[in-house]
Amino acid sequence: MNPLDWWLLLAILLFSIGAFGVLARRNVIVVVMSLEVMLNAVNIALVAIANFRGGARGAGTLFALFVIVLAAAEVTVGLAIVIANYRNRRTVQTDTYDKLKG
Amino acid sequence: MDETQFMRIAVALIPLLPLLGFIVTLVLGKRWGARAHILPVALVTVSAALSIYAFIWAFTHQHEAFVWDAFTWVAAGRFTVEWGFQVDTLTGVLLLVVGVIGMLTHYYSIGYMHGDEGYYRFFAYLNLFMFAMFVLILADNYLLLFLGWEGVGLCSYLLIAFWFRKKSASQAGKKAFIVNRVGDFGFMLAMFTIFTATGTLQFTGVFEAAESGGIAAGTMTWICLLLFAGAIGKSAQFPLHVWLPDAMEGPTPVSALIHAATMVNAGVYMVARSYPLFIQSETAMTVVMVVGIFTAIFAAYIAITQNDIKKVIAYSTISSLGFMFVALGAGAWVAGIFYLFAHGFFKGLLFLCSGSVIHAMGGEQDMRKMGGLRKKIPITFWTMMAGALSMVGLIPFAGFWAKDEIIGATFLHGYYVVWAVAMVVVLLTAIYMGRLMFLTFWGENRADAEVQAHIHESPPIMTVPLIVLAIPAALLGLAVGLPPEGGWIHHFLHPVFFDMEGEPFHLLGEGGLLMLASLATVLVGLVIAYYLWVRETDVPGRIAARVPVAYNASLNKMYMDDIYDVVPIRATLGFASWLWTFFDAKVIDGAVNGTAWLWGRAGDRLRPIQTGRVQSYAMYMYVGMVVLVIVFAWVWVS
Repeated sequence: MNPLDWWLLLAILLFSIGAFGVLARRNVIVVVMSLEVMLNAVNIALVAIANFRGGARGAGTLFALFVIVLAAAEVTVGLAIVIANYRNRRTVQTDTYDKLKG
Repeated sequence: MDETQFMRIAVALIPLLPLLGFIVTLVLGKRWGARAHILPVALVTVSAALSIYAFIWAFTHQHEAFVWDAFTWVAAGRFTVEWGFQVDTLTGVLLLVVGVIGMLTHYYSIGYMHGDEGYYRFFAYLNLFMFAMFVLILADNYLLLFLGWEGVGLCSYLLIAFWFRKKSASQAGKKAFIVNRVGDFGFMLAMFTIFTATGTLQFTGVFEAAESGGIAAGTMTWICLLLFAGAIGKSAQFPLHVWLPDAMEGPTPVSALIHAATMVNAGVYMVARSYPLFIQSETAMTVVMVVGIFTAIFAAYIAITQNDIKKVIAYSTISSLGFMFVALGAGAWVAGIFYLFAHGFFKGLLFLCSGSVIHAMGGEQDMRKMGGLRKKIPITFWTMMAGALSMVGLIPFAGFWAKDEIIGATFLHGYYVVWAVAMVVVLLTAIYMGRLMFLTFWGENRADAEVQAHIHESPPIMTVPLIVLAIPAALLGLAVGLPPEGGWIHHFLHPVFFDMEGEPFHLLGEGGLLMLASLATVLVGLVIAYYLWVRETDVPGRIAARVPVAYNASLNKMYMDDIYDVVPIRATLGFASWLWTFFDAKVIDGAVNGTAWLWGRAGDRLRPIQTGRVQSYAMYMYVGMVVLVIVFAWVWVS
């Protein structure tokens, strides 16, 4: 295996762990954290590919920087929603958030 | 301005003026109140004058037809129809009848409809009718004729149902319209067939194709029979005659104008106009004659027992129209048109007179409550006498010459059975017309004292048209029908029915004998009527009691309305009811509700997926993504 594959394997592992956390965990804080893990997994993939492949060297890295900025904004809004929701419902368990049930 | 140009303007204005009158009166008439008649009557008078001018043109140009295609009306591929007018001698005769009687009816209506709340509406409709009727007779192709044909049908509906608050009137209007549609359907099929066979609807083109043998014999028979189906509807022949007696619900001027003198003649006119087609089909001619003679005796038999004065005249109209078709079917084309010509005047007169009688009796139409009116309304009596004697066919009145030519033609052309039946019709006609006159004008008045006190002669605006119409009703035959089979009208119409060779008339031979026979029959009929309804007034009741079946059949119009009630109407209603209760409620609603039920059930099944939890939705997205990635990867690899 060449070095890129190792990096990509790491990215896939982290992404899967994050996805599992988003889909399976009941605590909304952990869900948001898992989301961050998924984003960072993508960042690792971007940077790794930019480093080992890619014509224009900076492009992948630049993408990763964008993702970090967006992730910061996203986690701010996300945590604000979590807090607002907690104030309303006194819980952070996602399985009680089922008002849209059909 | 040369003659042709003037003729064009005249022919264009004849239908246009009443159309203008219709539109303006309908829009503004309500404001004019009791003066609403001025414009429509004036316009129709001008139209009538122009009709007379066109008649004179035809008179002075007997061997040429005036044909003018104003503009192309319909152009669709190979199919083109001109808005075209044609004036030849046949059109001339019709123009004279329609123009003059139409005008007189308008004048008469001023008096008859005075004070009616729909006064302006009545004149608007009458003008629309005149427009449609003029288009019908001036048309130079079948489609334009059909436009007028439908137009007069529409006006007939509007005017029969004129007093639409009366249930029976609105019903009668609908009946007339619907029954006519049956015939019109035949007419339309005929037009389709004509166009398929010849590629045109222009009279000249169609007739040229027919004369050069361009239409196969079988097709020709079908065309003729389908055209005749249209004529059966419009001219109230058996079995589509049922609308005409009911049409008497309309105001009497309408009965006179539309249902006696003009519109009902449209069928006769159309068959006569299509004579180059009919002469090529023996079958069609026979059908025309048989239907005509059957209708004639059928209607005459019913007329004997009717008690409504207008119903009697209505059945006599059906009978007379039957006579016209007998003439056409027997090949006596000119005699048929001659009878149409005379009939228009005397039947229009009879209806207007009956209107005057009804007016005098304060709206009473039942002859059993009349009687003794001879002295009280003398002008109506004498003019009606002229009409009635013309109708029964007494020498020298107009009806005699025309009717006798038809009867003579059936005998001389060898249709002896038809001739014999026609003689019976003549006898019946004399009896029922005699009954009408005797019941109305002789004996004692049988109305209530209050009604009797108010009996009065109609105002001059009504009696003058009666007098004017009485003149042709009495003298027309002498003027145009002498000598029989060779009179002026024969020379006049000869160019239209050019291959007709009239039999020379022999006063001392068969012709004279036939004449005497029919005259004797008329006199016998009148004597019987006098005996039954003036002398021995209790005899009719006893005869009726002796043969109840025959009497009731006649009184109940041969049960035609009942038959129609059972066969087409009940069957249709039954079928519609089945469609409603079974097909609509079960099949259609079942399909609709079933679909809704299906999706409802499917929704119930799929509802648990919609958990409302964001994470499960994220899960679906994730699974979807994975599937997509796998699919794309697989596509990528392969």
